[in-house]
Amino acid sequence: MGKLSRVALLYIGAVVVSAVVLVARGPFAGLRWQYVVFLGILVIVSESRATQLRQGQLTWSSSSAAMLASVVLVGPVGAAIVGACTALGLRRGPSLLQRVFNTSMYALSAYLAGRVFLACGGHVGLPSEKSFPGIIAPFAAAAVIHVAANHGLLSGVLWLTRPRDRMSSGSPGAQGPGVGLSARLLLTDIGYAAYGLLMAALWSVVGFFAPLLVLIPLFVARWAVAQFVEQQKAYEATVGALCQAVETKDFYTRGHSDRVSRGSVMIAREVGMRGERVEAIRYAGMLHDVGKLGVPTKVLQKTGKLTEEEYAAIQLHPMRGLDIVREIGFLDEALAGIMHHHERIDGRGYPMGLAGDEIPEFARVLAVADAFDSMTSTRSYRGARPVAEAIEELRKWSGTQFDPAFVDAFVAALKREGWQRPEPPVLATDDLATVTAQDHDDPGAPLRVIDSL
Amino acid sequence: MSDLAGRTPAHSSREMRRYPWQIRDSGQLLLVVAAGVWMVAAVAQTAAKGLQDPRIAIAFGALIAFGEVLRLNLPGDRETAPIGFAGALAYALLINVGTQFVQHSAEQVVTVATIGMIIGALPHLAVGRPARLSGMAARLLCVACVAYIFRPLAGNSAVERHWGLAVTLMTALTVLALLLEAVLTALLRVDEQRARFRVALVDEMRVQLPLGAAVGASALLIAFAAEVMGLAALAVFTAPLLVTQVAFRRYAGIRATYLQTVRALAKVTEIGGYVEAGHSERVSRLAVAIGRELGIHEPQLLELEYAALMHDIGQLSLHDPIPGGATVLVSRQDQQRIAELGADVIRQAQVLGSVAEIVRRQNEPYRDTGHAANGRAGLAEPYQGSRPPLSSRIIKAANAFDDLVGSSLDPGRAAAAVQRLRLDTASEYDPATVEALSRVVTRRSVML
Repeated sequence: MGKLSRVALLYIGAVVVSAVVLVARGPFAGLRWQYVVFLGILVIVSESRATQLRQGQLTWSSSSAAMLASVVLVGPVGAAIVGACTALGLRRGPSLLQRVFNTSMYALSAYLAGRVFLACGGHVGLPSEKSFPGIIAPFAAAAVIHVAANHGLLSGVLWLTRPRDRMSSGSPGAQGPGVGLSARLLLTDIGYAAYGLLMAALWSVVGFFAPLLVLIPLFVARWAVAQFVEQQKAYEATVGALCQAVETKDFYTRGHSDRVSRGSVMIAREVGMRGERVEAIRYAGMLHDVGKLGVPTKVLQKTGKLTEEEYAAIQLHPMRGLDIVREIGFLDEALAGIMHHHERIDGRGYPMGLAGDEIPEFARVLAVADAFDSMTSTRSYRGARPVAEAIEELRKWSGTQFDPAFVDAFVAALKREGWQRPEPPVLATDDLATVTAQDHDDPGAPLRVIDSL
Repeated sequence: MSDLAGRTPAHSSREMRRYPWQIRDSGQLLLVVAAGVWMVAAVAQTAAKGLQDPRIAIAFGALIAFGEVLRLNLPGDRETAPIGFAGALAYALLINVGTQFVQHSAEQVVTVATIGMIIGALPHLAVGRPARLSGMAARLLCVACVAYIFRPLAGNSAVERHWGLAVTLMTALTVLALLLEAVLTALLRVDEQRARFRVALVDEMRVQLPLGAAVGASALLIAFAAEVMGLAALAVFTAPLLVTQVAFRRYAGIRATYLQTVRALAKVTEIGGYVEAGHSERVSRLAVAIGRELGIHEPQLLELEYAALMHDIGQLSLHDPIPGGATVLVSRQDQQRIAELGADVIRQAQVLGSVAEIVRRQNEPYRDTGHAANGRAGLAEPYQGSRPPLSSRIIKAANAFDDLVGSSLDPGRAAAAVQRLRLDTASEYDPATVEALSRVVTRRSVML
């Protein structure tokens, strides 16, 4: 894991040494080894099924339930040994140093929890009906100490190793190295820890069967979450591929949906939209032009002025897009965005001619990102324009075509994050691709329509 | 401007939701009647004898009602109520609450479960969601079976003294109840969707296993823990099941969205005027029906559905639409090119590799007769290694059928189309697939 600073090595060394010393001091007399072994196996199983958090920097496992159960059943030393069993977790990834640190950290947190449990008046051994509710307070103290020690020791090492490398470690995580603890993970951990007490309590009724029963629902829940995450990834990939298929015909607009989606998300984040709305606008961006397929190819390719009829066909594309995606249940607000992304603030847009605040917020955001990407991409009738020039253009139309608030937000976001412009298209010689002669998204070159008057 | 197709609202004729009074399948009817009779008898008997331990009964009844309110739809249109089911099973398996020995009868278990389920179903009815009587009946029957086996034993002193025996018995009964539910649901699906029983059962078990394990474990936990912590056990051990249910709900949600999205985006070919309106949807429905007829399992059935929906997506890359969009009428090379282009599109998604493969091979003839070029003299000897996958063969047949018949409902035309495909089974179409198609089409025209 690269070179570590001396301070970091000292820190890790201190954690390892204190864990070893505390466990070695014992006492081992009266330790119920069969419990230790069984709980240790549970920890190994939990650890082997750990979840990756944030690109493998951190992992999270449900082992805290088994560790807290061991605090009650076998006391601090036994709990430390059970905690040390994480070393045997069948998981690829962590280096030797990381494994050593994780093992010591878990042993140390479990030991501390055990000591606190005793200090608050808890008794080691199988709890009976009489132990309740007296056992709850010491147990709660132990659970809090266990989670706090675990998160604290981990944050320490993350902070110390921050500049060079990040430690992949066996437990819940910080927002970023050294930034702080994630409140949700902390709560989850305390929740799992609470099941440690239940495990211990049930042990007096059904013995070794208790931990298995307690862990089954927890494991199934984790499995379902993993399935959900996997499906969601698959879903995104599929939507992306299908959107690409829609625009694949036209060399010039390839990747347009993807970039509009990115731009819209930048704006949405900048104005502080909630997470779900940002997600929705991402999909709206990807899907905003699917209706373009309903516009006959010959209209898109026409170089001269458009007839009224042809112009009407183009104006219809947001509605056609809506027709396609209407049945996708979750889109809701995104649907309005797709339908109205060509409305203008001054009311001269299409398809409905809405003005100002009548235009749905999503549509106003999409309009800005849409026009910007069109201007910064190569078109058959002009080269790609520089970002600065496109920003000028946005500002120029701000208040008439675009919502000024979103133009400002986009410019601010662009300044901070920059913009990846598309590569100029490579014109292949096959006959599959067609070329858009006039881009309906380009505010600098509006569609030319034959005057009917 | 050409007349752009695709404006017809998508017919949502896929398995319409039925109202309780519209039960048409005999199996469903039988199940509901059986559960109903049992229920009425049990309620009557309990009413006559009076309620034992009313406090405990009300607590469990409330849990069951709560669970019914939070029903869950699993992928494949399966309705379950994990928390309610776990609560009812736990009530059937209860021995002690704290130090108090409980001795309610099996009839009382059925009564409490029934009342809980009915109360829990009320909010669903209030918002206009139909109560699925068959699912409730199946759950009730499972609970009743466990109750009638276990309640007489619960008072037995041998069970009281030997915890090992009690634990084994209770676990076995829970597993039995979950298996019984799977069998009953599978039977219902056989009846409803014309699936094969063995296939339906395996699919059912595969979908239900993880959640079933959580339900069974929670039921046992509640029953055991009630002895140590009294009725608090209900709340404590419902919590993880609640978390599980939330996770499953999100999972089922994204699965449903996925299917909706592919269905919707498959329609771009129609809006672009490449294919006739409703073509992809019809082909996919037909393909799935044939697949079911041929005993394909659910995960592969889903792949087949995706592939069928997107089988014409390659046409998007064509310069101009094929007149009428009917791929059955264009040359083999063109068909093959469309298939390859479509597969390329799907392969972009990276997660649908097998779907892409199905689409790629959708035009390959069932048997390559080699056109007698290499001296086989037309003796149709199949190339075993290169035969296209079953799903591709199904799409080939379903696509050809739809190109010939379209949205027409005329049975004569359908029969003629089947006949034409049948004549081509020497090389083009898989005979078994065409026969399955014929059965599906016949059934449909009978139902009209």
